Amino acid sequence: MVTILFDGIAYGMLLFVLACGLTVTMGLMNFINLSHGAFALAGGYVTAALTQKAGLPFLLCLPLAFLFSAVLGMLAEKLLYRRLYQRSHLDQVLFTIGIVFMTVAAVDYLIGSQQQSIHLPDWLRGRLDLLGGSIGVYRLFIIVLCGVLALAIQWLLSHTRFGSQLRASVDDPRVARGLGIPVNQVFAVTFALGCGLAGLGGALGADLLGMDPTFPIKFMIYFLIVVTVGGTSGIMGTFFAALLLGIADVAGKYYVPQIGAFVIYALMVAVLILRPQGLFTRGGSR
Amino acid sequence: MTAALTTHDLVKNFGGLVATDHVSLSIAKGARHALIGPNGAGKTTLINLLTGVLQPTSGRIQLMGEDVTAISQHSRVKRGLVRTFQINQLFADLTPLQSLGLAISERHGQGSDWWRAAGTDQSVVAEAVETLAQFGLGDALHIPTHHLPYGKQRLLEIALAFACKPQVLLLDEPAAGVPEEERHDIIRILKSLPADVTIVLIEHDMELVFSYADRITVLVNGGILTEGSVDEIATDARVRTVYLGEDAHD
Amino acid sequence: MTHSVENAMAVMTRTARWSHWETLFWLASLALLPIFPNKALLFSQIAIMGLFALSLDLILGYAGIVSLGHAAFFGIGAYAAGLMAKHGLGDPTLGLLAAATGAALIGFVTSFLLLRGSDLTRLMVTLGIALMLFEAANRFASITGGADGLQGMMVKPVLGLFSFDLYGRTAYLYSLTILFLLLILARRIVYSPFGLSLRAVKANSLRAGAIGISSATRLVAIYTISAAYSGVAGALSAQTTQLVSLDVLDFHRSADVMLVLVIGGVGWLYGGIIGAIIFSLMQDWLAGITPQYWEFWIGLVLVVLVLVGHGRLQSYARMMIDAITQKGRVTRPDQRGTS
Repeated sequence: MVTILFDGIAYGMLLFVLACGLTVTMGLMNFINLSHGAFALAGGYVTAALTQKAGLPFLLCLPLAFLFSAVLGMLAEKLLYRRLYQRSHLDQVLFTIGIVFMTVAAVDYLIGSQQQSIHLPDWLRGRLDLLGGSIGVYRLFIIVLCGVLALAIQWLLSHTRFGSQLRASVDDPRVARGLGIPVNQVFAVTFALGCGLAGLGGALGADLLGMDPTFPIKFMIYFLIVVTVGGTSGIMGTFFAALLLGIADVAGKYYVPQIGAFVIYALMVAVLILRPQGLFTRGGSR
Repeated sequence: MTAALTTHDLVKNFGGLVATDHVSLSIAKGARHALIGPNGAGKTTLINLLTGVLQPTSGRIQLMGEDVTAISQHSRVKRGLVRTFQINQLFADLTPLQSLGLAISERHGQGSDWWRAAGTDQSVVAEAVETLAQFGLGDALHIPTHHLPYGKQRLLEIALAFACKPQVLLLDEPAAGVPEEERHDIIRILKSLPADVTIVLIEHDMELVFSYADRITVLVNGGILTEGSVDEIATDARVRTVYLGEDAHD
Repeated sequence: MTHSVENAMAVMTRTARWSHWETLFWLASLALLPIFPNKALLFSQIAIMGLFALSLDLILGYAGIVSLGHAAFFGIGAYAAGLMAKHGLGDPTLGLLAAATGAALIGFVTSFLLLRGSDLTRLMVTLGIALMLFEAANRFASITGGADGLQGMMVKPVLGLFSFDLYGRTAYLYSLTILFLLLILARRIVYSPFGLSLRAVKANSLRAGAIGISSATRLVAIYTISAAYSGVAGALSAQTTQLVSLDVLDFHRSADVMLVLVIGGVGWLYGGIIGAIIFSLMQDWLAGITPQYWEFWIGLVLVVLVLVGHGRLQSYARMMIDAITQKGRVTRPDQRGTS
């Protein structure tokens, strides 16, 4: 039981890091981005290439994956996504689905459809006996790292000027602009950071979740569930929703394997029936 | 005699903000009742509560003696409570004729008719054409709303509400932003509205208020400051202070 | 009835009237069969895709609901008809009825989930429902045949008279007839006061409520109808190909149908059919170039369509069509006022 809980928490933490960029994107710019997973893909593939081909140590690859995806995100935002903020949600959906399809096919064509494997350092392999259960060292590493990241993000939001600008912009973009906050720039930086985090999540998750060209489509639904269930008004919502989803998915697949993923989707639909704006949003709808 | 529209201790809180502060109103049938107050006084919130766009935190609303507090917006319209919006809320790609036709067939209970083509019911079209002519839109029957100039859109805003044959009509700043010419049209139309229709008017234009209303309620910070006849309000020093500041002259 | 009221009614009903080019279109569709007899199966697939896209148009074009899971109803219809055919109830008409009823039921129930919440919520709910059904069909493979597909379907002749032939002739005429009938019905719905009220709800749901329209009931109604239409499309697919597998519920199917509709034009009913034709031509052409990476080209088309502005393209195309058919002029030359 403990093992499952830990596995679920590890999975949830990973989902949090992967999805929190999406939360802010959707909350801040009301921009539905179904291609978020592509940045995770980028991070995962870069890490695989660096550890396998270039022999770089895994830990070094993590910040590199973050940077790579962040830069990619910055370019994508500037060149492509920026044009779509004022467009209808339908257009945003169509456009970002198009981007995902193109990415998936391009990666398949250029690199092939096999799963990418990461060369993990020895000290991250193996299992520990903790609290009555057997826990993978790697999963523990993920929990610790993502937990630290979550705290760092929270600190960034509450103790830096950028953070307060971001929070003001999410709360009410018009008023924020009126106060002189450069909302568009805040958003561009946030988008890049969110993509960077997705890349980092992809790097971390490659070993756990499997990284192949279809990753963005397979996991898109999970990111969206996290964002929808968690609500878009804050990171805390995403955090708890991700944990909830991670634990529910792992537990579901273990205890009732016959219906597996069904549990997650049913959970999401149930939440949306009861609270369409998400579990953790402060009242009102967007 | 039952009042047309009453509220009992109506309260609306948004988190810590009290937008509507224990408002108790009684509006007589056939009245020309104006609601005035400085910006942020909560006038539009009150209209939203009255029409069901917002649910009150506490308090009751009665329409023609019937409690409508829990009833949805569209059901209140069916019972005769209709409003216009401060910022035009129109159907951009529909024509005035289509918009009014829609309101009229809803009223006739034929809004869910899925078999007949819209525009084949002669009585509906005739009424729509007549109403639009009354409102000075007779030459714009088939022009998509977003092509109409602002003044005409404002007239359509009121015409659309009127097509619902309201018993109580709530007008939220009907003359807002309207150029001088169309302003006269709007005032003329307001004055020609049937006497048995109860009118509640939110307005900033004091000239319009004093010439049109028979009773005035003054809202400040979500609550009622005072209420009375035109003369009483016009000479009330508190009202002057609230609007014009302490050291205003006349 | 005064002259002006008569005029007004004439203008209002002008677009609802059956036009010449529509007659031409349907006659041409019929004529395709003797001209290209060996492509009958392909044509029936196009007709079915057109019907599926038409069903999406009802909710997307007329009610503004963005759905990423419309394949759910297609799949329900396909499995309904398929299972009936497998268990001895292979009469096609019966299959269509079962499909329409089953899909409509699920559509009705799930429509209530779409009433509250934002676009994103709706997207997620529709996607979630489709994914749940996919998982369910996968898990209950003993009934549905799972990834391998339903085996042993025995589809009887249409109306007891026209059996399905290898060339697909019956399939095409059958699909085309159903498409035609359902399009006529959709036309009536869309041009009726009900249809107009949907457009009003889509244009401004706040004002729609303020003139007495209950948007909830309208949306539930159109969503249910749309689901039924999808179900029929799914059933046709099952019956004409004698195949039903998990891919009828796949996300790609939901994405494809949205692309088809957007290509053809959202909000004018024929967009789905035109889109299906164009999509099929595209598929044919691209399959020649890169059979494997089809997904890339779909993605590119989507991206380009959005960047260029499919709405703008649609209105240009519409202006041209109107000019050719001289229909839909909103101001008469003798009316005063500016446009």
